[in-house]
Parts: sequence; structure tokens; C-alpha cells
Amino acid sequence: MLLTIRSLTKTFPGTKALDGVRFDLRAGEVHALLGENGAGKSTLIKCLTGAYRPDAGEIRLDGQPIAPRSTSEAQELGIGTVYQEVNLLPNLTVAQNLCFGREPRRFGMVSSREMKRMAQDMLSGYGIDVDVSRDLGTYSVAIQQIVAIARAVALSGKVLILDEPTASLDAREVEMLFDVVRGLRDRGLGIVFVTHFLDQVFALSDRITVLRNGCHIVTEDTAALDRVRLIEHMLGRALEDEVEHRAVDHGVAGPVKPEMLAFDAMSRRGVVEPFDLRIAKGEVVGLAGLLGSGRTESAELLFGIRGTTTGTARDEVGPVRIDSPRAAIAAGFGFAPEDRKTDGIVADLSIRENIALALQARRGWARPVSRTEQARLAETYIKRLDIRTSDAEKAVGELSGGNQQKVVLARWLAMNPRFLILDEPTRGIDVGAHAEILRLIHELTAEGMSLLVISSELDELIAVSDRVIVVRDRAHVAELTGADVTTETVVRAIADHGREEVA
Amino acid sequence: MNPRLYPLYATIGIFLFACLVCYIQFPFMASTRVLGNLLTDNAYLGIVAVGMTIVILSGGIDLSVGSVIAFSGVFIAVMLRDSGLPAPVIMALLLVVTTLFGAAMGGLIHALAMPPFIVTLAGMFLARGAAYMLTIDSVPIVDPFYDRLQDAYYLMPGKGRLTLIGVLMLASVAVGMIVAHRTRFGASVFALGGGVQTARLMGVRVGRTTVGIYAFSGFMAGLSGIVFSVYTGSGYPLATVGTELTAIAAVVIGGTLLTGGSGFVFGTLIGVMTMGLIQTYIVFDGSLSSWWTKIVIGGLLLLFIVLQKGLLRLTTTRLASPQAGAPV
Ligand SMILES: Nc1ncnc2c1ncn2[C@@H]1O[C@H](COP(=O)(O)OP(=O)(O)OP(=O)(O)O)[C@@H](O)[C@H]1O
Ligand SMILES: [Mg+2]
Repeated sequence: MLLTIRSLTKTFPGTKALDGVRFDLRAGEVHALLGENGAGKSTLIKCLTGAYRPDAGEIRLDGQPIAPRSTSEAQELGIGTVYQEVNLLPNLTVAQNLCFGREPRRFGMVSSREMKRMAQDMLSGYGIDVDVSRDLGTYSVAIQQIVAIARAVALSGKVLILDEPTASLDAREVEMLFDVVRGLRDRGLGIVFVTHFLDQVFALSDRITVLRNGCHIVTEDTAALDRVRLIEHMLGRALEDEVEHRAVDHGVAGPVKPEMLAFDAMSRRGVVEPFDLRIAKGEVVGLAGLLGSGRTESAELLFGIRGTTTGTARDEVGPVRIDSPRAAIAAGFGFAPEDRKTDGIVADLSIRENIALALQARRGWARPVSRTEQARLAETYIKRLDIRTSDAEKAVGELSGGNQQKVVLARWLAMNPRFLILDEPTRGIDVGAHAEILRLIHELTAEGMSLLVISSELDELIAVSDRVIVVRDRAHVAELTGADVTTETVVRAIADHGREEVA
Repeated sequence: MNPRLYPLYATIGIFLFACLVCYIQFPFMASTRVLGNLLTDNAYLGIVAVGMTIVILSGGIDLSVGSVIAFSGVFIAVMLRDSGLPAPVIMALLLVVTTLFGAAMGGLIHALAMPPFIVTLAGMFLARGAAYMLTIDSVPIVDPFYDRLQDAYYLMPGKGRLTLIGVLMLASVAVGMIVAHRTRFGASVFALGGGVQTARLMGVRVGRTTVGIYAFSGFMAGLSGIVFSVYTGSGYPLATVGTELTAIAAVVIGGTLLTGGSGFVFGTLIGVMTMGLIQTYIVFDGSLSSWWTKIVIGGLLLLFIVLQKGLLRLTTTRLASPQAGAPV
């Protein structure tokens, strides 16, 4: 056994995050660590890598007991980690990030030329083209993620830990990452892999360990488990097939819904080609496309985050001004952004305050949202989104990653906008809550809210959308309605002309 | 061109512009004499600003330095008068004291997770109070070693004097540049400025680095105090009130982001020189009163804050635009 963990316990005020957990990692295996949001996966990883000090328990690496007191000690032991939260520094160059703590030195001084070479070496094999002497922050989230992975891989002499590394990667990048991981496995590394994408679990892992409420539930060979049983282990119950049942019936044309919003010739030069968009009351429009195809940018135009070069918006009554997010919010729009880690939360405020934030901003400071109303809202959404917390007054920064995302989602839902844009609403959210959110989307539309949903998970997108618009190379290229909304048609529309055109 | 260098270019551009204005107005300002004086007059400020740059790069602030400079002058003057120890020993002693003082503040900031603003504000009062405890008067320094220090200069062509303290300032900048940009400690400083949590996860030893940062600033403040005492030839507890703010201004005009994580030590030198140049211009002009210095510096500060906001926006739009870093 490469790594053995026995009766590991970690308590936070109000929560027992880990309760006598055991975990084994063999050399040369990919071990998936699974569980609901808040199950304790990230906490386990942080205890193992010195970011947290466990209360009790034993960790052995190669048979030797270890107790890293800092992440750098863990790195020295040959454990490389990609943490769930942002784990690199946008203000340093790509090269500095990659080589941090191991900068090549000459005469005691960091040699930037050497460092540049080292960084380029580390990135080769990932198929990305970056100038390593630029600030990391100037690159997209996907690139940053790959840089983080490259760094962890280079640091991992024995163990590589990946906590939801694929959340912001597209299918091609995920494949590339998997190739890298398989290569490392064949070289005899032990790899711990956390994700909420079950497909990826079955594609990559050799064994699976499931945690629930801080307890070890099961460890089994991946081959011996099927999806349904795995989900049962994770949730502690079977997942109702509700999503499928409730999925929009694309076959029949329902009653024609009244048109609510009309956007005409929205565009921004160099970012998105002009597009029209009509949205009916209670309708869900899906936006499909690869990362970087212009999906998020389209949404940002609609919400006034980016100025438009051309374009107008109007509703039933008349023109709508959406030249800034503020104006868009005033017009009854909402936007839960993709990069919720950085855009979304105020980590030091409580769940209740975070949820009330946007509503308060919309009302203006003259009309405060009363404390009881805030509490009621918090209560509602903690229940509806299944936010795992000891109480509503907990600081959001102390929630698990997935639960933080739910809070951001709750904030926009609480505003009760008439038109809500959800960018990757279920990213990083566990299977159980995933279903909850899809259910919630249906409920909202029944109440008359219109939604624009952006998602890389086509099944999910198709399940919720009445209509799907396909974005490619910064243009809206196809619109699928009715019976045309199927995975195959969408995939075909996305892939049409292939990606060669881009290059 | 790399966008991370824009603020530095802006700083240099403004400095060159200021030089040009001075030259057009007073062509005889372009002499080594003016240059020599510029270096000498701003030596103590330049040294302390180097320490401040490191602190600000890490996302902190050190308000104690002005008081520490005053304390240093008083400490040296009183010790020379009363203890009979040779001057170099006293100086070494002083540097130990101020470095430990800085380290203690850094330790407190880390251990109590207190904002640097508060801790160093307390440090500011403490150091000023300590200076008063030693004496309430201006104490002249009479010492042969000091006379030699004051008279040490290199005569540049054109009769300009490159004084020892001016050279010491340039050397401090060079040391600061190496520390900030070419050592692992410096990388940790930038990392802290980018975000403490992230820095910790990347393996920065946060406590050790924080202590190091404020110790460095304390050392620089002590050195600056020595230089200031050489420059004025006395120790006075009321000296250099508000110097910490001037130093912060120099750092910001030098292109360092006040919120930390981005900047250049070399820029700070240019910032100090720019401020000194404005001062010199006003002296040359003779008809302008000296508060014009403050107004121009205020204007420059505003300009830089606006510039940095603009740059920030520029880089974020670059981030969001699909071309940036598109996979091949
Ligand atoms: N710093 C902290 N302070 C207090 N409680 C915490 C802290 N970090 C985590 N917790 C709590 O510990 C529990 C486990 O969190 P953890 O982050 O390990 O979950 P996770 O399995 O990684 O979930 P996710 O899939 O959402 O990332 C949660 O209930 C969380 O609220
Ligand atoms: Mg987690």
C-alpha cells in the first residue's frame, strides 16, 4: 500500500467533517473519492496534505507515518495536489506559478530564463499554447486549471490528488488530462480523483471510495459497481428518476407561450456575432457549445456585463435598457455566473446574508429586507437546494465547494427575476442536488420565470430546455426546437464543420 | 509587450516627462550637481520606500517606519553622547533593534491574524514614544566617524557630488530588487499579495514570510534612520512625521499596486526620484510655494490609481475574450 489512512477525524465548530475515515491508495491505481457535497472529500484531502491538522488518526506513506504540517511539507513528501478552490495566483506569471517553491537558482538567485524553460517543459504534453512569462490571470479559467494540474503533476513524486479538476474543462481537455493521468498511473503513481461526473469515474478509476456525512461508506473495485448502486452509496437512498420523467416532452408542441423578451441583433465586435433571441414566458432556452465558443459571452451581453456594439432589447411593454448589470437587474434579469468561485460569494458573510444580498441590492438600501424575511428565504433555499450546513448563520467560506455554489444559485433565485440566466448551474454539484436543481428549474418555469441555461452537459441541457441554441465560433449557428432537441442533433450541430475552422 | 510591465513604463514615462519639463524650464538643471543632490536629499526616503515596497507587495502596510526613523536618529545621538560605544557598534545595535521590532510586528500580524494597518499603527506610536523617552530635545551628533561619513563622496564630472548615503540608497534599491524579484522569499511575498489562502495552499510558509517582510521593512527603516542622522547630523524625536505616507506615495507612484501582488522595486526608485524632482523644480522656480509639491504628488497619486484601475479592467477583458489563450 502506498498510502494508508486510518481513523482520521476532523471536527469544525458545529460539524464533524471526518469521522474515523479510512482510505487506502495503491501505487499504480486511480482511486475515485466520491460523495455528496459536504461529505468531507476536500477535508480529507486537506488533512492529508497539511492544509488542515487532523484531530486524530494516522496517515502512512510507504509504511512510514507522516503528519505534514504545511502544504509545502506534503509537496516535499511527493504529494502533488490540485485543490478544489482556486489554487494558483493570477498575479504571478504562468512560469512563476508552475515553478513556485522549486524555482531554479543560479548563484542563489532565481534564474528567470531557466524558470521559463522549466515551465515550458512542464506544460508540454498538455497541448496548450501559452506564453509562460505572462500573468496567469490573463488566461481563461480552463487554461489556469490545466496549469494547476501541470504543477501538481510535476510535484507528485508518489501521489497525485485531483479535487474536481475537470469542472471547467471541455471534453477534449478532459481526454487529454485522462491521458496524462493514465500515463502517471502506469509509472506507478497513486492518484486520488474527486469528481461529480460519474461518467468520468467509470472511464478513469480503478477503485472507488464513497464518503457520506464524514464517514467511510464503501471501497470497491470500479468494475464491481454500477451507477445505480454507486449513487445509492453516495446518497444513502435511491435516486428517483424524476428528472427523466419531468423532462420537457419535446415531441408535442405545448400551448404557445406568450413572448416575453425579444433581443435583436445583439453583438459585440470580436466577441459575439449578431444574434436574435426570443424568449417566452416560462420558457427554458438552452445554450449549447464548446467552451470558448461564445456561450458565456452571449449571456454577458444579455445581462449588460459587456457593452454591445449593436442590439436592442424589448419586452411586452417597450424597449428595455440593459447597458449595465444594474440596469439588467432593474429590468428583472438575473445571472448566476459560471465562475462562481470568484464572482459569486462573500465568504465572510453568512448564508442568510449572501442569499439576501442581490435582493437587497435590487430593492435599494432604503427598503431593507427584514431579518425575518431573510431568515425565511435562507430557510427555504437551504431546504430546496439541499444546502448542507449546520445553520443559516454559518459563514459561506466554511461550506464545502458544492454547497457554496448552491448559495450563489439561491441568491439569484431569491430575487425571483422574470428572466434568469444560469451559466453551468450544476457544475460541482452532486448527483442528488443535481436532480433537485433540475426539478427547481421546472418549478420556476411553471411559475412563469423564463430561463437561459448554459451547460456543457448536454443530457442535462436537453432535459430542461424547450429549445436549444447552438453556439460555435462566436456565432449562434443553429436553433433546435421540438423533436429536434436530442443529444445527437445538438452534438452534430456543435461539431459541424469541425474545429479545424477555428485553427 | 507584456501587460505586467505597463505600470512600470507609465512610471518611467512620467519621470522622463518631468525631466523634460524641468529641462525646458531650467536647462541648467540637467547637471550632475542636481542629480547628486537629488540622490542625497532623498536617500533616506528611497531606502525606507524599498522596505515599504516589499510590505505593500505582500498586501500589507507599515505605518511605523516614520517613527522608527526618528527613533533611530535619537537612539544613535543619545547612545553616542552617553554610552561611549563606537558609532559603528551603535549602528549595528540599532539595526538589530529595528529589525527585531519589525519582526515582532510581523509575528503579531500573523499570530493574531490582525490587519497590518492596526499593528503597525501601534508600532508607530510605540516607536515615537520610545524616541521621546530617550530625549525630548534635538540632540546633535558629534563624532569623528560621522564627520567622515558626511564628507564621503565621489566627485562626478561636472562637480556633482555622489555622496555615500546616495550610493547607499542605490545599493538598497538593488538589494530590494534582488530580494523581491530574484529570490524565493520574494516569490512568496508576491504570492501573499495575490491571496493568503491560495499562497498557503501553494506551499508558502505564511508566518515565516510575514515575519520576514516586516523585519526587512524594520531593517530598512533603521538603515534609513542612520542615513537620516548622517544627513541632518542630529537626532530629534519629532523628525520625519508622516514619512511613512510619503514612502507609500512613492511606492504607488512607482507603479506598485496598493492592494499588493504586483509592482517593481525599481519603480519605487523612479517614484522617489519623481517626487524629488518636483521638489527641486519648485525650489528652482523660487516663486512657487512648497505646498505645490504636495498638490502635484496628490495629482500623480490619483493618476496612478486611475491608471491601475484601467489596467485591471484591461486585463480582465483580455481574460474573458475568447482569443486569449485559446487552445491550439
Ligand atoms: N473551514 C471550515 N470551517 C468550518 N466548516 C468547514 C470548513 N471546511 C469544511 N467545513 C465543513 O466540513 C464539511 C465537509 O466539507 P468538504 O469541503 O470536505 O466537502 P466535500 O466533500 O469536498 O464537498 P463538495 O463536493 O461540495 O466539494 C462540510 O459540512 C463543511 O461545511
Ligand atoms: Mg470539496
